Amino acid sequence: MANNMIQAKNLIFSYPADSEPEKKQNNLILKNISLEIKKGSFTAILGHNGSGKSTLAKHMNAILIADEGKLFVDGLDSSQEENLFAIRQKAGMVFQNPDNQIVATIVEEDVAFAPENLGVPPEEIRKRVDNALKAVKMYEYRNHAPTQLSGGQKQRVAIAGVIAMQPDCIILDEPTAMLDPQGRQEVMEIILKLNQEQKITVILITHYMEEAALAERVVVIDNGQIILDDSPKKVFSQVDKMKKIGLDVPQVTELAWELNKAGYAISTEIITEQECLTALEKLLLER
Amino acid sequence: MLKDITLGQYFPVDSMIHKLDPRFKIINTMLFIIMLFSGNYFYNLIIGAVFVILVQILSKIPFKISIKSIKPILPILIFTAILNLVFIDSGETLWHWNFLKITEGGIYTSVFMIGRIILLILGSSLLTYTTSPILLTDAIEYLLSPLKKINFPVHEMAMMMSIALRFIPTLLEETDKIISAQKARGAMIDNGKLIDRVKAMIPILIPLFVSAFRRAEELATAMECRCYRGGEGRTRLRQLKATGKDYCSLMICSLFLIISVMLNFIIN
Repeated sequence: MANNMIQAKNLIFSYPADSEPEKKQNNLILKNISLEIKKGSFTAILGHNGSGKSTLAKHMNAILIADEGKLFVDGLDSSQEENLFAIRQKAGMVFQNPDNQIVATIVEEDVAFAPENLGVPPEEIRKRVDNALKAVKMYEYRNHAPTQLSGGQKQRVAIAGVIAMQPDCIILDEPTAMLDPQGRQEVMEIILKLNQEQKITVILITHYMEEAALAERVVVIDNGQIILDDSPKKVFSQVDKMKKIGLDVPQVTELAWELNKAGYAISTEIITEQECLTALEKLLLER
Repeated sequence: MLKDITLGQYFPVDSMIHKLDPRFKIINTMLFIIMLFSGNYFYNLIIGAVFVILVQILSKIPFKISIKSIKPILPILIFTAILNLVFIDSGETLWHWNFLKITEGGIYTSVFMIGRIILLILGSSLLTYTTSPILLTDAIEYLLSPLKKINFPVHEMAMMMSIALRFIPTLLEETDKIISAQKARGAMIDNGKLIDRVKAMIPILIPLFVSAFRRAEELATAMECRCYRGGEGRTRLRQLKATGKDYCSLMICSLFLIISVMLNFIIN
């Protein structure tokens, strides 16, 4: 228990608009989700639109509270009102649209927003802001207006704004969905760096398979339930199952899978281009 | 095209006026406004003009830019001048036609009023030219903080102002996009009769409002995620600190005001 950053027990949730009982039964967003996420780990949550993955994310920092079941963040019960701010400080959240989460007109002012809310003394805020901006490689831009930045840069500022709270865990809800490929890469680099260097627990919600492949663990959610929960290799090798719920697998995995199906001796547990290349070379040399 | 509109324009130049504490700048601007209204003699205007020119030079803001700020209020100036010219009836009558007549007093008042309004605009735009919006809101929050005692939501108001300022460029960009999207679908926005043009605004405003509401909701969630809980117990990264220069500027402004008021007594 002490090793778990997030512990969800039998979460059931539906949005309050559907208050009639029989309708509620049909409109459950989360259907009995149990999940444990270890401290310092990097977990990707996959699922297509409307699968409940964002709803689950919002439970992880007490923006939403489950109808039934409990969720603990570092041992704190999210249904207890007095834990609210402690949980939000421990589990920071980054959203999809960087424009809609930047509050201030100057980059450093925005990064300072969370520590200001927490009542951190000014000198300490200064330190935190500088460190957070350096961690996301945006320090040179500290006096810029957010509107002057590219999408990837804005999203990095948003991440810095969360890091300035000094959280143990960062939940990213499709942080790269609105970015161009370059911005996406910048953001992913920062996320990996934070996980590896600062040992921050990362929960990445995404529908890009290539991003999920970078995680240690992939949880696939469909229709409010956890379908698969394993290492990326094990998850993506189940190409059939993934396709059935409308999800893709990385291109290289699919290639290996098709080759395997056609009778070639190639492993289906391939998720990176490099692995694919080595496997194909080996295959060609054998012939 | 919409990007040309700038609100509360700020000109980031390095000058001693820029560096002054924004709280003092706001108070000084208020003193300046009182000074303009402290007397009805041209001497008062001359003192005001001297003050504006002095600040203008010290702030390193190009005169051209300040002159531009007069342009949008030209209709108001003309309107005021005509009203004063026609309705003030004092001194010798110079010209009359039916019930309309122009008197010496009328001419004097209208010229005086134009001068006063121009100085008012020039002086107060210097405040926004030399102070960044974020500092301005900080200063307003500070200056209004005594009102917290009567439960006036000072912090919330300052927060609203700074968020509004933050979203002006974002929403302008969005409006541009919507206009382009509607034009691409054959909407006639720039031509037609006035009524047609007003009607053409509806398909622009509705998507804009919908998206603004969506943004507002997302922003509120994001703020909650970053532990926002109102002004209580909140600290600030940027601390406003008054220095000797700030007190000095306050004294100079007060001096101008006193001279202006004294002149009235001397002339009387």
